[in-house]
Amino acid sequence: MERERFEPRIIGFFCNWCSYRAADGAGTARVKYAPNVRVIRLMCSGRVDPSFVLKALASGADGVLIAGCHPGECHYIEQNYKTMRRYAMLTQTLRALGISERRVRLVWASAAEGTQLAAAVDEMVEDLRLLGPLHWSANLREEDHEAAFEHILHEHEQAMEVTR
Amino acid sequence: MAERIGVYVCHCGSNIAGTVDVEEATRWAGENLPGVAIARDYKFLCSSLGQALIRDDIQEHGLTRVVVAACSPHLHEKTFRRACANAGLNSFLLQMANIREHVSWVTRSKEAATEKVKSLIAGAVARVQHHRPLEPTPVPVNPHTLVIGGGIAGIQAALELADAGYPVYLVEREPSIGGHMAQFDKTFPTLDCAACILTPKMSEVGQHEHIKLLTWSELEEVSGSIGNFKARIRRKARYVKEETCTGCGLCIEKCPRKVVDEVFEAGMGYRKAIYTPFPQAVPKIPVIDPKSCIWFERQRCRACEKLCPTNAIDFDQQDEILEVDVGNIILATGWDLFDCRRIPQYGYGRLANVFTSLEFERMCNASGPTGGRVVLRDGVTEPESVCIVHCVGSRDSHYNPYCSGICCMLSLKMGHLILEKTGAKVYACYIDMRPNKKDYEEFYQRLLEEGMLFVRGKVAEVTDVARTPPEEGKLIVQVEDTLLGKQRRIPVDMVVLMGAIEQRRDARETGLKVGISCSMAGWFIERHPKLDPIATMTEGIFIAGACQGPKDIPDAVAQGAAAAARVAGMISKGTVMIEPVVATIDEEKCSGCRICNNLCPFNAIDFLDDEKVSRVNAVLCKGCGTCVAACPAAAITGAHFSTEQVEAEIDGLLWDAGGDGEPAPTDQPELAPAATE
Ligand SMILES: Cc1cc2nc3c(=O)[nH]c(=O)nc-3n(C[C@H](O)[C@H](O)[C@H](O)COP(=O)(O)OP(=O)(O)OC[C@H]3O[C@@H](n4cnc5c(N)ncnc54)[C@H](O)[C@@H]3O)c2cc1C
Ligand code: SF4
Ligand code: SF4
Ligand code: FES
Repeated sequence: MERERFEPRIIGFFCNWCSYRAADGAGTARVKYAPNVRVIRLMCSGRVDPSFVLKALASGADGVLIAGCHPGECHYIEQNYKTMRRYAMLTQTLRALGISERRVRLVWASAAEGTQLAAAVDEMVEDLRLLGPLHWSANLREEDHEAAFEHILHEHEQAMEVTR
Repeated sequence: MAERIGVYVCHCGSNIAGTVDVEEATRWAGENLPGVAIARDYKFLCSSLGQALIRDDIQEHGLTRVVVAACSPHLHEKTFRRACANAGLNSFLLQMANIREHVSWVTRSKEAATEKVKSLIAGAVARVQHHRPLEPTPVPVNPHTLVIGGGIAGIQAALELADAGYPVYLVEREPSIGGHMAQFDKTFPTLDCAACILTPKMSEVGQHEHIKLLTWSELEEVSGSIGNFKARIRRKARYVKEETCTGCGLCIEKCPRKVVDEVFEAGMGYRKAIYTPFPQAVPKIPVIDPKSCIWFERQRCRACEKLCPTNAIDFDQQDEILEVDVGNIILATGWDLFDCRRIPQYGYGRLANVFTSLEFERMCNASGPTGGRVVLRDGVTEPESVCIVHCVGSRDSHYNPYCSGICCMLSLKMGHLILEKTGAKVYACYIDMRPNKKDYEEFYQRLLEEGMLFVRGKVAEVTDVARTPPEEGKLIVQVEDTLLGKQRRIPVDMVVLMGAIEQRRDARETGLKVGISCSMAGWFIERHPKLDPIATMTEGIFIAGACQGPKDIPDAVAQGAAAAARVAGMISKGTVMIEPVVATIDEEKCSGCRICNNLCPFNAIDFLDDEKVSRVNAVLCKGCGTCVAACPAAAITGAHFSTEQVEAEIDGLLWDAGGDGEPAPTDQPELAPAATE
């Protein structure tokens, strides 16, 4: 039973300043959490191009965890507010594709919050276990895929035009 | 795929090898990952031998890319970049896989850890093929330094730099420098008088040709980066002309408005509406506090103006904003005392004769509100017995889990002063005695000999409800004496609470202004807790003194000097190398939509009206990558974090996910036929 448990694959996009350091902090404190997340370090959560998320899901990830500094604490002043907007758009696109938005999460973790970040990973892994594997490529027709990309780029463009 | 990649997997002693099958991961990478020319494991890659191994391989095997799977890049990326550079390989052709902090230290199962390590290595190998050589940009270092906070740590930092000939702006929010140390009478463990050792340093600061002292001032905003910061400083209106005032003090003497001094006197004494916090203040120039001044309240008085022999009073003064250019910034903002009211059972604020350590410190001070006499709140009665309560708000999961570090010694110092001044019986209720530095244990022994009484136990309550006649009119300290194994009620006249040292209440905001963050306990986070306690994750920003964590005066001084030494090193070198992680726009691809223009918080993107394209100003760009992610024409490249590189990393990390072709499961209601809106 235990051996057959579904082990979701999660791609993490962590910003360099807070959340990546939070993950480092969890390590230093030897906090144990699920090994399912594979982290990509970006300078800021603002670098998370929504197409990275779709790309990760299309390439076999069952979930994506985006982590950044708390609102107001971004190392680049306010870029995580842009991440928030993008995330809102992204969840709509996912919904349109029939993908549960629970598969893509956005969390904030300050450099001190390793324990919290580890808990967020554990929780997401449990949740993905309930959802089961995504199998994007087997489930989505190529056309939908393309349409989704078009759709998100369009929305994204609109969202970004009105910032600030 | 012409790249020849070397993969190096570190054991880190047993730190990694204890949880990860390093040999297996190395073998697997060598046999399965495309482009890998050589894969090796090594006990300690960061050692000089480990670095030499990489260097020699690059030269002997003609490696064009290097992957190091070891600890966090925050720890050793620089080390391995240097190893590459030493072998003639551009240092940006390296990628690290963080298999210690992100795998071995956080994973229980060896099997799962080893699998995760394989993925991280695969991701790094896939990514590194797309790396491009980059050159760090040399940036000149402005020789001016900004020091925020004029306590002992900030004073030390400023003096070290100024004595080396480097100009310093020292910003202090109070009317005088000195910080908490100026409030004390004696300092442990030597019992030398605080003023005697502090005031000479303060006047040195005041007179130093290389220090521009800005008291009654606050940091408003900081922009720029290492080497070239721009800081906006608010010089609050003093209502006294600094150039004209001689510091004679006549105005203070004649001012009719007296108010309780909550800052310097900790609420124990008074000051005037025009004041310097204490007689030896530096500078000697007073300030008018508009909140207590009669003129600001009801447009009457101006006694000070009439009496000032040099006409230095100026009621029309306004706040001024000063802009300064500096190369580095040192934060030395110190600590605040725990609000003892938060533990209601200790009675502070309710029971008159319960004092805080800071109140007591002022009371002991010969120039303090009681002239140095230890007396009850009535101002006359000497106590016959005193109980000092340790760890108030420290070592307590309800308040602060940490040890404030100084309270045991502080308690001993106070015990000594009480015994000396009053001959009262002195009890100390402690959880553990931790006098663990040079000459501290000896001081403890001395107080044992002097007859201070120690009760091991955490105080449950301080009450004035007597149960027996001897308790009448006393404060009763209820404590479980864990050495005797019984509950005790100790009746005393006075209780002193050793409140915790906490981070400044506004430290978070101060940190955000310069781009550094605070730990869960509130302290500014250092770059490395052991090896780099005075640097921060933001280049050019340093921390010193109690803002980094609770500490005593010797440690605060040491950190102030250390921060100054680091800054001086950079100034004398003249330039720093900064990472060339910036965005560039391909003008061929740019459609001129201008979406990116407003996205950049540093206004680094200009629109060229003639060419109708956008361009990034590399000097202003900090490389966050937000514009890169936003450009609909994919015209922007984020150096070292390009779309290609990130996408390759995704593919590599998911090497085992079999991208396509897996059979569709049946338990997927959420994947009902997709309907794109
Ligand atoms: C009651 C008590 C007694 C003590 N006695 C001793 C002793 O006998 N011996 C000993 O070794 N240690 C003692 N200590 C510890 C000692 O107080 C500290 O080690 C020392 O004060 C740390 O110095 P600092 O410069 O880091 O901070 P501080 O003394 O707190 O100075 C910080 C300065 O920065 C200023 N500041 C803060 N924020 C800003 C801002 N945003 N902008 C501008 N300025 C700002 C403050 O006004 C202050 O002047 C005692 C502590 C307590 C609580
Ligand atoms: S977003 Fe892209 S296309 Fe639009 S102006 Fe900026 S660089 Fe050019
Ligand atoms: S990468 Fe960030 S800092 Fe640089 S130009 Fe783009 S938005 Fe501005
Ligand atoms: S740097 Fe962490 S979210 Fe921007």
